[in-house]
Amino acid sequence: MKRIYAREEFCLGCRLCEIHCLVRHSKSKKLIKAFRKERGEVVPGVMVESAGHVTFAMQCRHCDTAPCLEACITGAMHRDKKTGAVICDADKCVGCWMCVMVCPAGAVRRGKDGKEGKAASKCDLCAGDKTPVCVLNCPNEAIVYEER
Amino acid sequence: MRRWLVQPEFKVERDLERCIQCQVCVRQCANDVHSYDEEDEQVSSDGACCVGCHRCATLCPTGAISISRSQLEFKPNANWTPESIRNVYKQAEGGGVLLSAMGTDRPWRVYWDHLLLNASQVTNPSIDPLREPMELVTYLGRKPDQIRVERGPDGKVRLATEITPQLKLQTPIMFSAMSYGSISYNASQALARAAKAAGTFANTGEGGLHPDFRQYASNMIVQVASGRFGVDPDYLNVAAAVEIKIGQGAKPGIGGHLPGEKVDAAISRTRMIPQGSDAISPAPHHDIYSIEDLRQLIYAIKETTQHRKPVSVKIAAVHNVSAIASGAVRAGADIVAIDGLRGGTGAAPTTIRDNVGIPIELALAAVDSRLREEGIRNQASIVAAGSFRSAADVAKAIALGADAVYIGTSACVAMGCHLCQRCYTGKCNWGIATQDPFLTKRLNPDVATRRLTNLLRGWSLEIKEMLGMMGVNAIESLRGNREHLRAVGLSDREMVILGVKPAGE
Repeated sequence: MKRIYAREEFCLGCRLCEIHCLVRHSKSKKLIKAFRKERGEVVPGVMVESAGHVTFAMQCRHCDTAPCLEACITGAMHRDKKTGAVICDADKCVGCWMCVMVCPAGAVRRGKDGKEGKAASKCDLCAGDKTPVCVLNCPNEAIVYEER
Repeated sequence: MRRWLVQPEFKVERDLERCIQCQVCVRQCANDVHSYDEEDEQVSSDGACCVGCHRCATLCPTGAISISRSQLEFKPNANWTPESIRNVYKQAEGGGVLLSAMGTDRPWRVYWDHLLLNASQVTNPSIDPLREPMELVTYLGRKPDQIRVERGPDGKVRLATEITPQLKLQTPIMFSAMSYGSISYNASQALARAAKAAGTFANTGEGGLHPDFRQYASNMIVQVASGRFGVDPDYLNVAAAVEIKIGQGAKPGIGGHLPGEKVDAAISRTRMIPQGSDAISPAPHHDIYSIEDLRQLIYAIKETTQHRKPVSVKIAAVHNVSAIASGAVRAGADIVAIDGLRGGTGAAPTTIRDNVGIPIELALAAVDSRLREEGIRNQASIVAAGSFRSAADVAKAIALGADAVYIGTSACVAMGCHLCQRCYTGKCNWGIATQDPFLTKRLNPDVATRRLTNLLRGWSLEIKEMLGMMGVNAIESLRGNREHLRAVGLSDREMVILGVKPAGE
């Protein structure tokens, strides 16, 4: 399946990927409004990790054998049959954070979606978009979406 | 010492209605213009250190940043311009030589903007380059005085004249000499890759050839400059051609100085000098004090390369450029590259950059005329350099007598350069003229290569359009054909030197 890969040698560490991810997953989808009103409510699925000049964008690897799928007690975390992406159904999620604990990439974060106002938040490969927004908006093509 | 008389050059303004405090600007500015106050949770900007490179404004996702010239105006004075006053302040405080980078920004006349191209009407039909083949292929190198053919034993006619080595260019545009050291690894790689992809040549500059770039060596011209950095027989033999650098348009008569801080392990290996040592190119070649000395070096290189590579001599356009070019041709140069007044650099004393040399247009016309008069024009190709901003500039240069042109500034601009002229600080926010690992990674060579090849492609298509409009189908038919040019707003004397007629004549 097509996955998102980071090319850390070209990552600027500007974090525009995080910004555009947040906007894409916000209610308003408007950059300024989303940042003003929904920051903290929406958790970006991509995080830029950095140590010195080494930086790269990290998001869910959509593992073939995903620990989060096995750890999920409600079945909220599931694999999309069409795309193969690992997705969290916020309505089913009860916020036990087992997925957060087991993710080897640290790519699942505590979000505020769902009925209870707490649900795991992670990359959903922009739910069916041709190209995820982090890839689309990286100014240096340091994030690529491809079959490997 | 506090530089209290030198006021900021730029004013950085932040539209607070649009700013989302995302701190992209904070992370992108190498000059620390933007900062984030965690206590106030507020990004703020201090224009004092701004160089006007637009990195922050370009990456700002909401377009909240605007940069303008400082509004602090001096009392208007046609003689004492703000720049001249500021320069005196700077030197009064620092006592050193003022540095600049890129080509001169003084308003010296740009002759390209006073020359117009011809087009066909009625009696000499124009050609549609989208339907008819258009030839841009250019060969650089010594051409024979005459062509002799003979009939071989098999009865077939064959060329009896031995043709000396030639560089074959798919388009008459090459990348100027920019050394690895003055520009980053990624920028050097992009230039080499783009040259290979476009079927033209990139010039290593005087900094040697990094082992990684040997795979592109068939599309690289290697330079031998006064510092002789990275030069050995292997370096000369691996490349397509060798260029002896005598001078540079931005700083004729001045050497080079790559500070030791930029000489990291890779650059030290490539230049063959100790890590951390200053790379100093002397002003002259200390073994070249005459045309005869130049001839010795040219032939030493030709011998080393078994006469398989054309040898170029690059000179700066100075007052007696045509005599020097003639000497270089007689010394055995196969290509003479002339770098004009507006040519770029990574670092030069401002006063040299802005006041020394002559415009490339006049130098090119003078050299072409002189070599023709002396009957030696065929013995060397002429490559013009020094600020070609568009395909039209290139076409006009070809019409004035150039075989091809070198582009350096345009190539940098294609890679993202905003001409802030601070290459010498090593803090290039666009990742081009820097060795800082935080900054070099900002230039993805895949992206830069694509942008450079796009530029060459676009300009080549435009040159084809211009050829078609003039009713010729090969760049050869335009070369040195000054009948295709007319001058507007030039003096009689300037037109005599350029060899062009006034518009309307």
